[in-house]
Amino acid sequence: MTNENRDQFKPEDHPNDHFIMTSVVGSYPKPKWLNRMNDLYEQEDGPVDEEDLQEAEDDAARLITNEHERAGLDTVVDGEMRRNEMVEFFADRIEGYEFNGPVKVWGHNTFDKPSVASEVEYDESWLVDEYKFTASVTDRPVKVPITGPYTLASWSFNEAYEDEEALAYDLAELVNEEIEKLVDAGARYIQIDEPALATTPDDHQIVGDCLERIVADIPEDVRIGLHVCYGDYFRIYPDILEFPVDEFDLELANGDYEQLDVFKDPEFTKDLALGVTDVHVAEVESVEEIKENIKKGLEVVPPERLVVSPDCGVKLLPREVAYGKMENMVTAAREVEAELDAGEIDIDAPTPADD
Amino acid sequence: MTELVATSPGLYPLPDWAKDELGDLKGHQKHDLISGDEGEEIVDVYERARSEVVDVQESAGLDRVVEGQLRWDDMLAHPLAVHDNVDTQGIVRYYDNNNFYRDPVVQGELDFDGDVAAELDATAELTDAPLQAVLPGPYSLADLATDEHYGDDAEFLGAIAEFLAGEADAFPDVETLFLLEPSLTENAPDDGEDERASEAIDAVANAVDAEVVVNTYWGALEEKVHAHLLDADIDAVGYDFVANKEENLYNINEYGTKDEIALGLVDGQNTLVEEPETIRERVQWVDDQTPSAEFEKAYLTTNTELFYLPVNKFEAKLEALAAAAATEVEA
Repeated sequence: MTNENRDQFKPEDHPNDHFIMTSVVGSYPKPKWLNRMNDLYEQEDGPVDEEDLQEAEDDAARLITNEHERAGLDTVVDGEMRRNEMVEFFADRIEGYEFNGPVKVWGHNTFDKPSVASEVEYDESWLVDEYKFTASVTDRPVKVPITGPYTLASWSFNEAYEDEEALAYDLAELVNEEIEKLVDAGARYIQIDEPALATTPDDHQIVGDCLERIVADIPEDVRIGLHVCYGDYFRIYPDILEFPVDEFDLELANGDYEQLDVFKDPEFTKDLALGVTDVHVAEVESVEEIKENIKKGLEVVPPERLVVSPDCGVKLLPREVAYGKMENMVTAAREVEAELDAGEIDIDAPTPADD
Repeated sequence: MTELVATSPGLYPLPDWAKDELGDLKGHQKHDLISGDEGEEIVDVYERARSEVVDVQESAGLDRVVEGQLRWDDMLAHPLAVHDNVDTQGIVRYYDNNNFYRDPVVQGELDFDGDVAAELDATAELTDAPLQAVLPGPYSLADLATDEHYGDDAEFLGAIAEFLAGEADAFPDVETLFLLEPSLTENAPDDGEDERASEAIDAVANAVDAEVVVNTYWGALEEKVHAHLLDADIDAVGYDFVANKEENLYNINEYGTKDEIALGLVDGQNTLVEEPETIRERVQWVDDQTPSAEFEKAYLTTNTELFYLPVNKFEAKLEALAAAAATEVEA
């Protein structure tokens, strides 16, 4: 069995016949010196100007991309070194958004929740420079995570639109425009992040309708993933199989795969990017443990439709723990592939129906 | 003619400087949140912040001044979160919002605490304006908490009501008490439970010599819950006309309401600031749509607590409410 869309990212020197693609969700702990540079840049008349910060961000992006390479990942990200927060970063670049100040999330953890004060419009490019830079410093395929329109709409104050749905659809058009530019620049692997879906699963049809707008006129062979996390998946499955994406990236290690069975019936017909390490545990899981988690994925899809990644972005972990998790995850994937090659693993996944 | 009273349900956003200072002093993890025994430096920040929000309300021209509940890290669960016989455990979602509080697990008797009364005493020192106390309603507080001591839902609700009544009894002179009861709409009580919720509210209301408003929000009450609530000895029910106009009107027109009313006309969760004229039009609209009701007094307020907003918009909303209540027209 082959899977052209996924296997375009298979390294030429891949050691095994089987291929389980390894990836990450996106964010990665920032080096402490980059946070320090950001603090200095924020200071009025401080010692760091925009050019200095840009240089620091370039250095950090190069460093973390290389860290991903060193861990052996098949597809890499720059760890989102240039992004402050998953909504703020985009709101800052979209015409129509404004910021009024921080709001409470819990305790003294706040978020600069932006307001949509007028119709949203595409202004400057969001991610093309980030992508081009990352692609220039690595030979590996680069994945580009983008916060999805439903999350951008839900996690903002809506002053200008009839409802959140109307805002989300307009934002989806902008995401589509950005992806077209990314594809023109050479990007082949895009991941739409929609964590807001977890709190309002009843809105999954809005997310689906957004995705239809997002993928309009994007070439078939560009891989589109959807990342969702921390939800009751039975409330969105199997409806989400209708979404026009190639891959679902799901957080499941955190819940100890309690929800895995949800995806077995009816048959999972897309590629599964399975979370195989828990990002809320600051200990590196052993290779053996991660291998068991990877085998959970084989209960849902055959090897050629399996991708493995951490549950979610790893930016809140200590950096060495984040690295350790990726390194062990890659080792585990390669060992599972070798066992598959040797016929040592029974594949339980339902074979694709003949149709 | 209806007397218009501009007020708010409290739970204000911290001033930005206080967010920074407290974040540095207290930290950002769950064990760093308020437990009722904070040290001098932290107390000092809250005192300065309280004084600032009292000034904000006075200069906006509100008819009632609240303490601001700036210390309520756990939002409406605060009065339990600081209690000695309550253990604050995992972080849980606060209703349908992107906000979280610590699950207060009641592990012993809910005897008198006095935390909220102390905040009001401090506020009374700062202003001569009529004070308004704010408490979670007993039904909502029980809904937000976990019981490991009383062992029975009815008994637990009764204990929470008795606890809140004891806290309210220790208040300094207040003009008004707002009991916030979002759980009455968000997690509506069943048969029998609705009557007990009303009795619990009654118990708290009777503990204070003040006008008592039970503020409901994020929707409209089920008919039976509304009918039972009206049996309680309270002065007004608060209706959320931002979230649901039709069903709230239906409840008022079908079952009547108290002689006074609280009108949630300003959105406590959106940065779009309503003009005073718009608020006045909404007051007029409610009046037109409830032909059989004559209100002696109408509290004009935001529908929800205000900590969801950035500070500039929060202040602008208070100003708009005060301006709307101040422009007297024929009602």
